[in-house]
Amino acid sequence: MTEIIGGYFTSHVPAIGGAIAKGLQSDPYWKPFFDGFPPIRQWLNQEKPDVAVVFYNDHGLNFFLDKMPTFAVGAADEYQSADEGWGLPVYKTFTGDPALSWHIIEALVGDEFDITTCQKMFVDHAMSIPFELAWPNVDAWPVKLVPIAINTVQHPLPSAKRCLALGRAVGRALESWESDDKIVVMGTGGLSHQLDGARAGFINSDYDRFCLDHLMNDPEALVQDSIAGIVEKAGTQGVEILNWIAARGALGARPLAKRTENYHIPISNTAAASVVLEAV
Amino acid sequence: MSAMLASERQPIEGTTLFDGDMAQRGYALNAMCYSFNDAENREEFRRDEEAYCRKYHLTPGQRRAVADRDVLGMIAEGGNVYYLAKLAGIWGLNVQDLGAAQTGLSVDAFKAKLLSYSE
Repeated sequence: MTEIIGGYFTSHVPAIGGAIAKGLQSDPYWKPFFDGFPPIRQWLNQEKPDVAVVFYNDHGLNFFLDKMPTFAVGAADEYQSADEGWGLPVYKTFTGDPALSWHIIEALVGDEFDITTCQKMFVDHAMSIPFELAWPNVDAWPVKLVPIAINTVQHPLPSAKRCLALGRAVGRALESWESDDKIVVMGTGGLSHQLDGARAGFINSDYDRFCLDHLMNDPEALVQDSIAGIVEKAGTQGVEILNWIAARGALGARPLAKRTENYHIPISNTAAASVVLEAV
Repeated sequence: MSAMLASERQPIEGTTLFDGDMAQRGYALNAMCYSFNDAENREEFRRDEEAYCRKYHLTPGQRRAVADRDVLGMIAEGGNVYYLAKLAGIWGLNVQDLGAAQTGLSVDAFKAKLLSYSE
Protein backbone atom coordinates (compact mmCIF):
# COMPACT_ATOMS: atom_id res chain seq x y z
CA MET A 1 0.00 0.00 0.00
CA THR A 2 1.23 3.49 -0.82
CA GLU A 3 2.33 5.34 2.28
CA ILE A 4 2.31 9.13 2.55
CA ILE A 5 5.02 9.96 5.07
CA GLY A 6 4.16 13.65 5.42
CA GLY A 7 5.01 17.04 4.01
CA TYR A 8 8.24 18.99 3.64
CA PHE A 9 7.85 22.73 3.12
CA THR A 10 10.60 25.23 2.42
CA SER A 11 11.46 28.57 0.89
CA HIS A 12 13.24 28.29 -2.42
CA VAL A 13 14.78 31.68 -3.26
CA PRO A 14 17.73 31.59 -5.70
CA ALA A 15 20.10 33.22 -3.20
CA ILE A 16 20.01 29.91 -1.25
CA GLY A 17 21.46 28.24 -4.34
CA GLY A 18 24.15 30.90 -4.47
CA ALA A 19 24.97 30.33 -0.80
CA ILE A 20 25.22 26.56 -1.35
CA ALA A 21 27.45 27.08 -4.40
CA LYS A 22 29.76 29.30 -2.35
CA GLY A 23 29.72 27.02 0.72
CA LEU A 24 28.24 29.71 2.98
CA GLN A 25 26.06 27.38 5.10
CA SER A 26 27.97 28.30 8.28
CA ASP A 27 28.30 31.99 7.45
CA PRO A 28 26.60 34.06 10.21
CA TYR A 29 24.12 35.51 7.71
CA TRP A 30 23.06 32.09 6.40
CA LYS A 31 23.50 29.77 9.37
CA PRO A 32 20.12 30.51 11.01
CA PHE A 33 18.42 29.44 7.79
CA PHE A 34 20.50 26.33 7.08
CA ASP A 35 20.16 25.24 10.71
CA GLY A 36 16.58 24.32 9.88
CA PHE A 37 17.62 21.43 7.66
CA PRO A 38 19.50 18.80 9.70
CA PRO A 39 16.24 17.62 11.33
CA ILE A 40 14.58 17.52 7.91
CA ARG A 41 17.43 15.40 6.48
CA GLN A 42 17.27 13.14 9.51
CA TRP A 43 13.55 12.58 8.94
CA LEU A 44 14.02 11.89 5.23
CA ASN A 45 16.94 9.52 5.90
CA GLN A 46 14.82 7.67 8.42
CA GLU A 47 11.70 7.45 6.23
CA LYS A 48 13.46 7.00 2.88
CA PRO A 49 10.65 8.10 0.56
CA ASP A 50 10.60 6.73 -2.99
CA VAL A 51 8.69 9.55 -4.66
CA ALA A 52 8.27 13.30 -4.11
CA VAL A 53 5.07 15.01 -5.26
CA VAL A 54 6.03 18.67 -5.36
CA PHE A 55 3.88 21.80 -5.60
CA TYR A 56 5.99 24.70 -6.85
CA ASN A 57 5.92 27.61 -9.24
CA ASP A 58 7.94 28.24 -12.37
CA HIS A 59 9.85 31.54 -12.64
CA GLY A 60 10.16 31.90 -16.38
CA LEU A 61 12.22 28.84 -17.19
CA ASN A 62 9.62 26.42 -18.53
CA PHE A 63 6.57 28.62 -18.93
CA PHE A 64 6.40 31.98 -20.65
CA LEU A 65 3.42 34.30 -21.03
CA ASP A 66 2.57 32.79 -24.43
CA LYS A 67 1.05 29.80 -22.61
CA MET A 68 0.52 30.07 -18.87
CA PRO A 69 -1.27 27.13 -17.28
CA THR A 70 -3.01 27.68 -13.96
CA PHE A 71 -2.19 24.15 -12.81
CA ALA A 72 0.29 21.93 -14.70
CA VAL A 73 1.18 18.33 -13.85
CA GLY A 74 4.42 16.88 -15.14
CA ALA A 75 4.22 13.45 -16.76
CA ALA A 76 7.76 13.01 -18.03
CA ASP A 77 10.39 10.28 -17.68
CA GLU A 78 12.82 12.94 -16.53
CA TYR A 79 12.94 16.64 -15.75
CA GLN A 80 15.98 18.73 -16.43
CA SER A 81 17.30 21.82 -14.74
CA ALA A 82 18.60 24.53 -17.07
CA ASP A 83 20.25 27.93 -17.22
CA GLU A 84 17.85 30.47 -15.70
CA GLY A 85 19.84 33.44 -16.88
CA TRP A 86 21.43 34.81 -13.75
CA GLY A 87 24.24 32.56 -12.71
CA LEU A 88 22.87 29.65 -10.69
CA PRO A 89 24.44 26.28 -11.49
CA VAL A 90 22.49 23.84 -13.64
CA TYR A 91 21.28 21.22 -11.18
CA LYS A 92 20.93 17.47 -11.40
CA THR A 93 18.27 15.88 -13.58
CA PHE A 94 15.21 14.45 -11.86
CA THR A 95 13.81 11.02 -12.64
CA GLY A 96 10.07 11.12 -13.24
CA ASP A 97 7.35 8.67 -12.31
CA PRO A 98 5.08 8.87 -15.34
CA ALA A 99 2.78 6.07 -14.18
CA LEU A 100 1.98 7.95 -10.98
CA SER A 101 1.77 11.24 -12.91
CA TRP A 102 -0.89 9.82 -15.20
CA HIS A 103 -2.76 8.31 -12.28
CA ILE A 104 -2.85 11.76 -10.67
CA ILE A 105 -3.88 13.36 -13.96
CA GLU A 106 -6.72 10.87 -14.43
CA ALA A 107 -7.86 11.40 -10.86
CA LEU A 108 -7.69 15.20 -11.06
CA VAL A 109 -9.61 15.47 -14.32
CA GLY A 110 -12.09 12.92 -12.94
CA ASP A 111 -12.43 15.29 -9.99
CA GLU A 112 -13.08 18.20 -12.43
CA PHE A 113 -9.67 19.85 -12.09
CA ASP A 114 -8.94 20.56 -15.74
CA ILE A 115 -5.17 20.68 -15.48
CA THR A 116 -2.49 20.99 -18.15
CA THR A 117 -0.28 17.95 -18.71
CA CYS A 118 3.41 18.25 -19.57
CA GLN A 119 5.40 15.36 -21.03
CA LYS A 120 8.37 17.66 -21.31
CA MET A 121 9.15 20.38 -18.82
CA PHE A 122 12.18 22.03 -17.29
CA VAL A 123 12.10 22.57 -13.55
CA ASP A 124 13.81 25.60 -12.03
CA HIS A 125 15.36 26.60 -8.70
CA ALA A 126 11.97 26.24 -7.01
CA MET A 127 12.47 22.48 -7.42
CA SER A 128 16.25 22.08 -7.30
CA ILE A 129 16.98 24.18 -4.21
CA PRO A 130 14.55 22.33 -1.91
CA PHE A 131 16.12 19.06 -3.14
CA GLU A 132 19.65 20.40 -2.58
CA LEU A 133 18.64 21.41 0.94
CA ALA A 134 17.10 18.02 1.68
CA TRP A 135 19.68 15.80 0.00
CA PRO A 136 22.99 17.69 -0.22
CA ASN A 137 26.01 16.15 -1.88
CA VAL A 138 24.29 13.16 -3.47
CA ASP A 139 25.20 11.88 -6.91
CA ALA A 140 21.57 11.34 -7.88
CA TRP A 141 18.30 12.36 -6.23
CA PRO A 142 17.07 9.45 -4.12
CA VAL A 143 13.40 10.02 -5.03
CA LYS A 144 11.41 10.09 -8.24
CA LEU A 145 9.50 13.27 -8.99
CA VAL A 146 5.97 14.30 -9.86
CA PRO A 147 6.01 18.10 -10.29
CA ILE A 148 2.80 20.13 -10.03
CA ALA A 149 3.21 23.77 -11.05
CA ILE A 150 0.84 26.47 -9.83
CA ASN A 151 0.71 29.82 -11.65
CA THR A 152 1.91 32.50 -9.25
CA VAL A 153 3.16 34.77 -12.03
CA GLN A 154 0.28 36.13 -14.08
CA HIS A 155 -2.98 37.17 -12.43
CA PRO A 156 -5.67 36.00 -12.13
CA LEU A 157 -4.05 33.33 -9.97
CA PRO A 158 -6.08 30.40 -8.68
CA SER A 159 -7.64 31.17 -5.31
CA ALA A 160 -6.10 29.78 -2.14
CA LYS A 161 -9.31 27.84 -1.64
CA ARG A 162 -8.93 26.25 -5.06
CA CYS A 163 -5.29 25.38 -4.39
CA LEU A 164 -6.27 23.66 -1.15
CA ALA A 165 -8.94 21.72 -3.01
CA LEU A 166 -6.45 20.77 -5.74
CA GLY A 167 -4.06 19.50 -3.10
CA ARG A 168 -6.80 17.48 -1.44
CA ALA A 169 -7.68 15.92 -4.80
CA VAL A 170 -4.01 15.02 -5.33
CA GLY A 171 -4.01 13.49 -1.85
CA ARG A 172 -7.02 11.32 -2.74
CA ALA A 173 -5.21 10.24 -5.91
CA LEU A 174 -2.15 9.23 -3.87
CA GLU A 175 -4.30 7.19 -1.51
CA SER A 176 -5.78 5.25 -4.42
CA TRP A 177 -2.36 4.57 -5.98
CA GLU A 178 -1.55 0.89 -5.74
CA SER A 179 2.14 0.62 -4.97
CA ASP A 180 4.60 -0.10 -2.19
CA ASP A 181 6.00 3.40 -2.49
CA LYS A 182 6.55 5.88 0.27
CA ILE A 183 5.64 9.37 -0.86
CA VAL A 184 6.74 12.72 0.51
CA VAL A 185 4.63 15.75 -0.42
CA MET A 186 6.49 19.03 -0.85
CA GLY A 187 5.44 22.67 -1.07
CA THR A 188 8.09 25.25 -1.98
CA GLY A 189 8.34 29.04 -1.93
CA GLY A 190 7.51 31.96 0.31
CA LEU A 191 7.17 33.09 2.93
CA SER A 192 6.46 36.83 2.78
CA HIS A 193 8.50 38.75 0.23
CA GLN A 194 8.12 41.30 -2.51
CA LEU A 195 10.72 41.85 -5.21
CA ASP A 196 8.96 44.44 -7.34
CA GLY A 197 7.61 47.95 -7.02
CA ALA A 198 8.04 50.75 -4.53
CA ARG A 199 7.06 48.28 -1.78
CA ALA A 200 10.02 45.99 -2.66
CA GLY A 201 11.54 44.53 0.49
CA PHE A 202 8.17 44.14 2.20
CA ILE A 203 8.08 41.38 4.83
CA ASN A 204 5.23 40.55 7.23
CA SER A 205 6.25 38.24 10.05
CA ASP A 206 2.78 38.44 11.66
CA TYR A 207 1.18 36.91 8.57
CA ASP A 208 3.98 34.35 8.21
CA ARG A 209 3.51 33.28 11.84
CA PHE A 210 -0.22 33.03 11.24
CA CYS A 211 0.41 30.70 8.29
CA LEU A 212 2.92 28.59 10.21
CA ASP A 213 0.58 28.35 13.19
CA HIS A 214 -2.44 27.23 11.15
CA LEU A 215 -0.87 25.16 8.37
CA MET A 216 -1.12 21.83 10.16
CA ASN A 217 -4.41 21.93 12.04
CA ASP A 218 -6.46 24.65 10.38
CA PRO A 219 -5.45 25.10 6.74
CA GLU A 220 -8.91 26.54 6.06
CA ALA A 221 -7.71 29.65 7.92
CA LEU A 222 -5.15 30.20 5.16
CA VAL A 223 -7.73 30.23 2.37
CA GLN A 224 -10.05 32.95 3.69
CA ASP A 225 -8.18 35.76 1.92
CA SER A 226 -8.57 36.65 -1.74
CA ILE A 227 -5.40 36.55 -3.84
CA ALA A 228 -5.23 40.36 -3.62
CA GLY A 229 -5.58 40.01 0.14
CA ILE A 230 -2.70 37.53 0.28
CA VAL A 231 -0.55 39.82 -1.88
CA GLU A 232 -1.30 42.69 0.47
CA LYS A 233 -0.33 40.61 3.53
CA ALA A 234 2.51 38.50 2.10
CA GLY A 235 3.89 40.54 -0.82
CA THR A 236 3.70 39.93 -4.55
CA GLN A 237 5.94 36.84 -4.34
CA GLY A 238 4.72 35.84 -0.89
CA VAL A 239 1.73 34.54 -2.79
CA GLU A 240 3.89 31.43 -3.29
CA ILE A 241 2.22 30.31 -0.04
CA LEU A 242 -0.27 28.79 -2.51
CA ASN A 243 2.24 25.97 -3.04
CA TRP A 244 2.33 25.29 0.70
CA ILE A 245 -1.47 25.36 0.89
CA ALA A 246 -1.82 22.85 -1.95
CA ALA A 247 0.83 20.58 -0.40
CA ARG A 248 -0.97 20.74 2.94
CA GLY A 249 -4.16 19.76 1.14
CA ALA A 250 -2.46 16.68 -0.30
CA LEU A 251 -1.74 15.43 3.23
CA GLY A 252 -5.49 15.10 3.72
CA ALA A 253 -7.20 14.55 7.06
CA ARG A 254 -4.63 12.10 8.45
CA PRO A 255 -3.17 12.91 11.88
CA LEU A 256 -0.03 15.00 11.61
CA ALA A 257 2.70 16.10 13.97
CA LYS A 258 5.02 19.05 13.48
CA ARG A 259 8.39 17.33 13.35
CA THR A 260 10.37 20.54 12.90
CA GLU A 261 9.90 24.20 12.05
CA ASN A 262 12.36 27.01 11.42
CA TYR A 263 11.59 30.65 10.60
CA HIS A 264 14.21 33.26 9.87
CA ILE A 265 14.31 36.83 8.54
CA PRO A 266 15.86 37.66 6.15
CA ILE A 267 17.53 35.65 3.46
CA SER A 268 17.97 37.92 0.48
CA ASN A 269 14.61 39.77 0.31
CA THR A 270 12.65 36.96 1.90
CA ALA A 271 11.30 35.72 5.19
CA ALA A 272 12.35 32.08 5.07
CA ALA A 273 10.80 29.02 6.65
CA SER A 274 11.17 25.27 6.63
CA VAL A 275 8.68 22.80 8.13
CA VAL A 276 8.05 19.08 8.28
CA LEU A 277 4.55 17.83 9.03
CA GLU A 278 4.91 14.14 9.72
CA ALA A 279 2.10 11.61 9.30
CA VAL A 280 1.63 9.87 12.66
CA MET B 1 -15.93 34.23 -0.99
CA SER B 2 -16.83 35.39 -4.45
CA ALA B 3 -14.25 35.87 -7.16
CA MET B 4 -12.90 39.39 -7.34
CA LEU B 5 -12.50 40.85 -10.79
CA ALA B 6 -9.50 42.98 -11.62
CA SER B 7 -11.72 46.05 -11.90
CA GLU B 8 -13.00 45.56 -8.34
CA ARG B 9 -9.67 45.29 -6.60
CA GLN B 10 -8.43 47.95 -4.22
CA PRO B 11 -4.95 49.14 -5.12
CA ILE B 12 -2.11 47.98 -2.85
CA GLU B 13 0.40 50.68 -2.08
CA GLY B 14 3.66 50.40 -4.02
CA THR B 15 2.45 47.26 -5.74
CA THR B 16 1.46 46.38 -9.29
CA LEU B 17 -0.45 43.13 -9.76
CA PHE B 18 0.82 41.54 -12.95
CA ASP B 19 -2.59 40.95 -14.51
CA GLY B 20 -3.91 40.68 -18.05
CA ASP B 21 -3.49 44.39 -18.73
CA MET B 22 0.13 44.32 -17.62
CA ALA B 23 0.82 41.00 -19.36
CA GLN B 24 -0.39 42.49 -22.65
CA ARG B 25 1.48 45.77 -22.19
CA GLY B 26 4.70 44.02 -21.20
CA TYR B 27 4.72 41.12 -23.65
CA ALA B 28 7.63 42.31 -25.84
CA LEU B 29 9.84 43.30 -22.90
CA ASN B 30 9.14 40.06 -21.06
CA ALA B 31 9.73 38.03 -24.22
CA MET B 32 13.14 39.64 -24.58
CA CYS B 33 13.96 38.90 -20.94
CA TYR B 34 12.77 35.30 -21.31
CA SER B 35 15.25 34.88 -24.17
CA PHE B 36 18.05 35.56 -21.68
CA ASN B 37 17.76 32.02 -20.34
CA ASP B 38 20.09 31.33 -23.27
CA ALA B 39 23.72 32.43 -22.80
CA GLU B 40 24.13 33.22 -26.50
CA ASN B 41 21.24 35.65 -26.32
CA ARG B 42 22.72 37.33 -23.28
CA GLU B 43 25.93 37.77 -25.21
CA GLU B 44 24.09 39.14 -28.23
CA PHE B 45 22.35 41.72 -26.00
CA ARG B 46 25.68 42.74 -24.47
CA ARG B 47 27.20 43.17 -27.92
CA ASP B 48 24.43 45.41 -29.28
CA GLU B 49 21.68 46.33 -26.86
CA GLU B 50 19.90 48.63 -29.32
CA ALA B 51 19.70 45.98 -32.05
CA TYR B 52 18.57 43.33 -29.59
CA CYS B 53 15.76 45.50 -28.23
CA ARG B 54 14.68 46.25 -31.81
CA LYS B 55 14.65 42.54 -32.63
CA TYR B 56 12.15 42.00 -29.80
CA HIS B 57 10.04 45.04 -30.83
CA LEU B 58 10.22 46.81 -27.51
CA THR B 59 7.87 49.78 -27.29
CA PRO B 60 9.54 53.21 -27.05
CA GLY B 61 8.65 53.35 -23.35
CA GLN B 62 10.16 49.92 -22.72
CA ARG B 63 13.28 50.80 -24.70
CA ARG B 64 13.72 54.00 -22.70
CA ALA B 65 13.29 52.20 -19.37
CA VAL B 66 15.85 49.55 -20.37
CA ALA B 67 18.32 52.18 -21.62
CA ASP B 68 17.91 54.13 -18.38
CA ARG B 69 18.18 50.96 -16.21
CA ASP B 70 14.91 52.24 -14.72
CA VAL B 71 13.40 49.27 -12.87
CA LEU B 72 10.16 50.96 -11.80
CA GLY B 73 9.83 52.21 -15.38
CA MET B 74 10.19 48.67 -16.74
CA ILE B 75 7.50 47.48 -14.32
CA ALA B 76 5.21 50.34 -15.34
CA GLU B 77 5.73 49.26 -18.96
CA GLY B 78 4.54 45.75 -18.12
CA GLY B 79 7.78 44.07 -17.12
CA ASN B 80 7.37 41.17 -14.71
CA VAL B 81 10.09 40.85 -12.11
CA TYR B 82 10.62 37.11 -12.69
CA TYR B 83 11.64 37.91 -16.26
CA LEU B 84 13.30 41.25 -15.51
CA ALA B 85 15.59 39.43 -13.06
CA LYS B 86 17.23 37.74 -16.05
CA LEU B 87 17.98 41.14 -17.61
CA ALA B 88 19.23 42.42 -14.26
CA GLY B 89 21.57 39.42 -14.15
CA ILE B 90 23.23 40.61 -17.36
CA TRP B 91 23.97 43.87 -15.58
CA GLY B 92 25.31 41.99 -12.56
CA LEU B 93 22.39 43.07 -10.38
CA ASN B 94 20.60 40.76 -7.95
CA VAL B 95 17.16 41.16 -6.40
CA GLN B 96 18.59 43.21 -3.53
CA ASP B 97 20.11 45.64 -6.01
CA LEU B 98 16.72 45.79 -7.73
CA GLY B 99 15.03 46.41 -4.39
CA ALA B 100 17.38 49.28 -3.65
CA ALA B 101 16.83 50.77 -7.10
CA GLN B 102 13.05 50.66 -6.71
CA THR B 103 12.92 52.09 -3.20
CA GLY B 104 15.50 54.82 -3.71
CA LEU B 105 17.68 53.36 -0.97
CA SER B 106 21.33 52.47 -1.18
CA VAL B 107 21.91 48.71 -1.36
CA ASP B 108 23.30 48.78 2.18
CA ALA B 109 20.27 50.69 3.44
CA PHE B 110 17.93 48.27 1.66
CA LYS B 111 19.71 45.29 3.25
CA ALA B 112 19.56 47.02 6.65
CA LYS B 113 15.81 47.52 6.19
CA LEU B 114 15.38 43.78 5.60
CA LEU B 115 17.48 42.92 8.62
CA SER B 116 15.38 45.30 10.72
CA TYR B 117 12.34 43.00 10.26
CA SER B 118 14.09 40.38 12.39
CA GLU B 119 14.32 42.68 15.41
